[in-house]
Amino acid sequence: MSGHSAEEIKKETRVYILVFVALAALTLVTVGVSYLHLSMGAAIALALFIAAIKGSLVAAFFMHLISERKLIYAVLILTAVFFVALIFLPLGGYADRLG
Amino acid sequence: MQIPYTVEARPDTGLYNAKLGVWLFLASEVMLFGALFSTLILLRTGAAEWPHGYEILNVPLATLNTMVLISSSVSVVLSWASLRLGDFKKFRLWMGVTFALGVGFMIIKTIEYASKFEHHLYPSNDNFMAIYFTLTGLHGLHVLGGMIVMAYLIGPGSRMWKSQPDRFTNRVEVVGLYWHFVDLVWIFLFPTLYLL
Repeated sequence: MSGHSAEEIKKETRVYILVFVALAALTLVTVGVSYLHLSMGAAIALALFIAAIKGSLVAAFFMHLISERKLIYAVLILTAVFFVALIFLPLGGYADRLG
Repeated sequence: MQIPYTVEARPDTGLYNAKLGVWLFLASEVMLFGALFSTLILLRTGAAEWPHGYEILNVPLATLNTMVLISSSVSVVLSWASLRLGDFKKFRLWMGVTFALGVGFMIIKTIEYASKFEHHLYPSNDNFMAIYFTLTGLHGLHVLGGMIVMAYLIGPGSRMWKSQPDRFTNRVEVVGLYWHFVDLVWIFLFPTLYLL
């Protein structure tokens, strides 16, 4: 349990509300962009870019990664390495088959 | 025998045990959902034709569900903040709101699934429907799992607040971390399945 003062916790609460507003707005932006019917490449890039911003907001503020212990960062860096391998290694195999 | 490091941080990790435990669990969850996202990418890039999600799936309902889930993320973090301020009543209120939003998410998901079945759209139809049901189904099970733990924390589990308030507060933090992860998965699921 954190030893933060009541004032600090109330300040954090205001940040949570702001993050919520940003997430809601970005959700509407994501949906709005999908109606523009961009080329598939641009649509995927934009959708994932907005999702990455939203995900970063959740991780940084709601999951308090903005001020976390080093050990958790180490766990997450290791996870990210394996996640990237998981996503791109099968694709590499597919590209290989295509020649 | 008392379980060590439920409140105070372990000297070597700087964290109480449950917090490190939940992060390791979430790391394994990243790999679980990562494997399915990888499957989606591979199926999509390998397919001669792949439908646009928005032509088959219900975007307004999914947008509503996104709003429901991000609202629940803020309510669960407010329940934790309430406990840190020593306000148990507000904790119960916000955790109750989170639980109710979880119920709302599942109801909307049920409506969505029912509509698919009405139109004879099943996982066996094609690869798109198979990965749609697998990803959203697994995600839905995670929502359900979180709701069961929340019901426990609102109900019988809340007795701990009187005897060990710090430990109870940590339990709520850990459940919150899990819940935010479920929200995080949906944040990526929503555009990749529904909007592209």
